[in-house]
Amino acid sequence: MGKDRENGTAPGLTRRHALECMVWAGTGVLWTVSGGVPRSLNLLDAAEAAEISQGATTFLQISDSHIGFDKEKQVTAVDTLTEAIDKVKALSVKPAFMIHTGDITHLSKNGEFDDAARIIGSTGLDVAYVPGEHDLIDPGQGKAYLARYGKGTLGAGWHAFDHGGVHFIGLVNVVDLKAGGLGNLGAEQLAWLKKDLEGRSASTPIVVFAHIPLWSVYPKWGWGTDDAAQALALLKRFGSVTVLNGHIHQIVQKVEGNMTFHTARSTAFPQPRPGTAEKPGPMIVPADQLCSMLGLTSVDFTVGKERLAITDTTLA
Amino acid sequence: MRATRPNPVLTALAATLAVFLFDPSAPASAKEMRVTISNFTFEPETTAIARGETVRFVNSDDMVHVVVATDGSFRSEALDTGDSFTAAFTKPGSFTYFCGLHPFMKGTIVVK
Repeated sequence: MGKDRENGTAPGLTRRHALECMVWAGTGVLWTVSGGVPRSLNLLDAAEAAEISQGATTFLQISDSHIGFDKEKQVTAVDTLTEAIDKVKALSVKPAFMIHTGDITHLSKNGEFDDAARIIGSTGLDVAYVPGEHDLIDPGQGKAYLARYGKGTLGAGWHAFDHGGVHFIGLVNVVDLKAGGLGNLGAEQLAWLKKDLEGRSASTPIVVFAHIPLWSVYPKWGWGTDDAAQALALLKRFGSVTVLNGHIHQIVQKVEGNMTFHTARSTAFPQPRPGTAEKPGPMIVPADQLCSMLGLTSVDFTVGKERLAITDTTLA
Repeated sequence: MRATRPNPVLTALAATLAVFLFDPSAPASAKEMRVTISNFTFEPETTAIARGETVRFVNSDDMVHVVVATDGSFRSEALDTGDSFTAAFTKPGSFTYFCGLHPFMKGTIVVK
């Protein structure tokens, strides 16, 4: 990804501007950068919709496409990602770019990366990636991922860029996992993060994205990051920090002070709620239920009207 | 002083080793034990083997796993459903391993 998508502040944004709303779009999440505190997007009203259409910055998060996963009987991960991307393409408000929070592939195979690139690339949107652990299990242990997505990144693929007055930071916490441990950022990346944030105004809205949650969702299943506290300490002084993760294939949100944590659904398969199963294995569900668990049916747009008609579905 | 005295344990060990090495009735291929990966668990969690024996890790789970020695001495490739990986153990001791994708999955091979 390019280092700087856009310098300076987009017109109409004030220093209080932050990520305000998100639209569950397909399996992605549409984020809008405009004034206020992050809040749930079914609160999106006509005024906000109008603001979006006037050119406020929006971007989309997709996650855990797991191309190569073939345990569902009737659909493949290619099918479900294609369906999600079709919904993205049908959005009346075109996002400025997408972020993918990892596990693009299931087995890090070239053909899987190829399929993902072809389907996601059909949007014509720029995509900022971070790897999931499933993207680093080629024989070269990550070489295949870096060959495709490593340009302009450091280390195992971490990077930062600015867009619309927001500073975006993509972190990698899926390398060098230790027995019994959780996600891992490592000293080198933390030192880079410290440097990246130094001298930045505390009023700069920050979006951090990484594969494994940077907060303890359910450590028993590895759903957390051992050294995340060090990263969050560096981010504490900023007025608006939004942390976007994947990995757990379901939506979980938490607000803590100025930090909003959010995990995205997978486009491939759901995983159980923490504690509702013995282990976090894939939930193999009938095809007619799968879509709702991937969030593919959660948004309707009434095109041509000022108001976005959003049908928010319950999580299965 | 101690080094000059014959150590009975070492003597016995050397004798055992000699028998092991030169016994013509020993099987041509070493015994293979099996660890099954099922529902994010290594089964059995602890496997006892003798020196020279091998362990075959068989993934019967519907999720990919990677078997990694904690000391870095072995690492499987990505094991999808039905794939397996074999590791040989030539030194005695207790060797822990884990899943490189799901590090909460742990197991131990005890080599006698």
